[in-house]
Amino acid sequence: MNKISIIINREYITRVSKKSFILMTILAPILMAALIILPTVVMLNQEMDYKKIAVIGDEADLFRGVLKNTKTLEFVYLDGVNVNDLKKTFEEAGYYGILYISSELVNTPNAVQLISKKQPPIADLQYMENSLKNEIEKQKLMAYNIENLDEIMKKVETKVSIQTQKIDDSGQIKDTSTGIAMFLAYFGGFLMYMLVFMFGAQVMRGVIEEKTSRVVEVIVSSVKPVQLMMGKIIGIALVGLTQFLIWVLLTFAIVGVLKTTVLKDKNITEISQTVPQNLMDKDQQAAVQEQMVQTSSQISEFTKMFESAMNQPWGLIIFSFIFYFITGYFLYASIFAAIGSAVDNETETQQFMLPVTIPIILALMVAIGTMQNPESSLSFWCSIIPLTSPIVMAARIPFGVPAWQLILSMALMVVTFIAFVWMAAKIYRTGILMYGKKTSWKEMWKWLRYSG
Amino acid sequence: MALFEARNVTKQFGSLYALNKVSISVPEQSIFGLLGPNGAGKTTLIRIINHITGPDSGELFLDGRKLKPEDVLSIGYLPEERGLYKKMKVGEQVLYFARLKGLSKAEAMRRLKYWFRKLDMVDWWGKKVEELSKGMQQKVQFVTTILHEPKLIILDEPFSGFDPVNTNIIKNEILFLRERGATVILSTHNMASVEELCDNIALINKAKTILEGRVDDIRMQWAGDEYEIVFEGDATLSGNGNISILDRQFENNRSTIKFKAGHEKDTNLILSEAVKRGKVISFNPALPSMNDIFIRVVETRS
Repeated sequence: MNKISIIINREYITRVSKKSFILMTILAPILMAALIILPTVVMLNQEMDYKKIAVIGDEADLFRGVLKNTKTLEFVYLDGVNVNDLKKTFEEAGYYGILYISSELVNTPNAVQLISKKQPPIADLQYMENSLKNEIEKQKLMAYNIENLDEIMKKVETKVSIQTQKIDDSGQIKDTSTGIAMFLAYFGGFLMYMLVFMFGAQVMRGVIEEKTSRVVEVIVSSVKPVQLMMGKIIGIALVGLTQFLIWVLLTFAIVGVLKTTVLKDKNITEISQTVPQNLMDKDQQAAVQEQMVQTSSQISEFTKMFESAMNQPWGLIIFSFIFYFITGYFLYASIFAAIGSAVDNETETQQFMLPVTIPIILALMVAIGTMQNPESSLSFWCSIIPLTSPIVMAARIPFGVPAWQLILSMALMVVTFIAFVWMAAKIYRTGILMYGKKTSWKEMWKWLRYSG
Repeated sequence: MALFEARNVTKQFGSLYALNKVSISVPEQSIFGLLGPNGAGKTTLIRIINHITGPDSGELFLDGRKLKPEDVLSIGYLPEERGLYKKMKVGEQVLYFARLKGLSKAEAMRRLKYWFRKLDMVDWWGKKVEELSKGMQQKVQFVTTILHEPKLIILDEPFSGFDPVNTNIIKNEILFLRERGATVILSTHNMASVEELCDNIALINKAKTILEGRVDDIRMQWAGDEYEIVFEGDATLSGNGNISILDRQFENNRSTIKFKAGHEKDTNLILSEAVKRGKVISFNPALPSMNDIFIRVVETRS
């Protein structure tokens, strides 16, 4: 036992003190946090991009004043200007583009053109399309001469935003966001895939290194081959756990700090101040009001997302993630160790890698599918079967998994990983001292059945 | 008394015999040469002694008791193909191997300092192994082999890659280790070093022991009827029917004559005949080199 701890110690220390490890450990959470925070910051800032658009109608000029200014869009209605003349000069005049609206628009959906030098953002187009559509609908309704139409319209107007809630076993309701769950599923599944594959492959490379440099002959004359293999696997597992825990802590710390600094600044009052103050007529003011409500609801959406993120069952997620990392890693690392012991150099591993890679890739694909449909039977089975369960279960957990499924999956995992470690140890013991012979699966099967 | 003994050790790989009832006996506090052409089975025997692989049949004894897996701790093994972590620092590495052999950290450090000073390796402590030359790496490996002061030291080709100066240093260390009480099994193709160092040898060819014994005895035995006589001045031993001259050289006013005794085996008679011819400086059996014996034995047996 003492010998194993010496080996574990070496495997751990040499890896943890590598520059590449330190760099990865520090950089990854910064990137992660950036990935979480950046979209929020970008969304809050991009609206400062201000556009002035010249609106030209035909003789009937049915749509004058229909498009209301927003925080980022200003519409200037021009009279007696030739569209073709303006085409040449609009940029110099400070316009982003020319919106030419024909009266035919009432009957022909595409009788409106936006001329600009750049591809306009979809959000802006949607705003213009919706405003025009609403106006046309309003005018068509008015043609029916309904009494108190305005009032009716006000009453009819509705907005819908589905709020998702998750009920846990004790009946407590928590606000969640499917977006967050999807993100966590994707992130968890992918991280599991990366860790298992990355550290599993490290075990294989380590074994090959010891075999080709013949270090193994020196060590095996001091310790048992199985001790060497387990020492290596455990040592690298600890490296993986260390990295993972630092990642979790750093990510939380960075997100926490950014949340209090960046997001707190951007409160509603400040944003409302950035809205142009020179808007005079009532309609426009109403539009601004609406815009402000929208912005504030966006803000509250972000805060909600954060709350929802914090509301995730982090204890369960991290616990099961670590559980599946350890067992899944042991399972694959022992396969990798057996492969490493059977070959003479890394290029020879190819023929053995494919059958090992297939379940991992399959698991990753199912995990991505799980984000769309966490309850599919494919996801279910893949989260129970040990070769794929670490990755798929990591993706399923944020959506909530019944306890019996989790327990079944974990139990199967433990049994399987012990069996794999046992088999790998037998192959390893023989393979590690075999040189110059091309190994086949058949050969490995023979080693597996050697006794003693 | 024999410190290590192997009795009828057999190891087969498929239908091929790596060792076929090989027996060797290594006396305590001696240097034992394990010789044989490539592929004879030496490395297999060494691996069996180190418990890297097991014999199909036969018994091994250390200190009169059956060899147990725990005994690897009192064995030091320098494999033919050196095994060191290339990216690891020299000091850390030797310390690591010493601790795997059961030394405490403090004790390992104490001995490390002694050996690094003795072999002039102190400057290498913080260097990575891959930064060292082949000979330097071998010195490092040598230290890892002997650091835990094993009773039995097994050296597989310890001189390959060394310059003459370092070869000499290592030779002296091997002799020093024997003085301190260690028993050494030396597997090498360098026959000059066998003559110089080994007390006993065993020659393995095609999985079998074909020659075993004290080096001096073996050389005497293989000397056969050949002798060498040196005269002062120009003199000669004429062939009087009893002897046949093999070689005659005159150099620096000395005549060296190699001859084979014929039907007359009495060396006193030959010598009394010789003193009549001139002033005899020396008269010796012409000992064949281990190199000659090796080649002759291996060629006649195959």
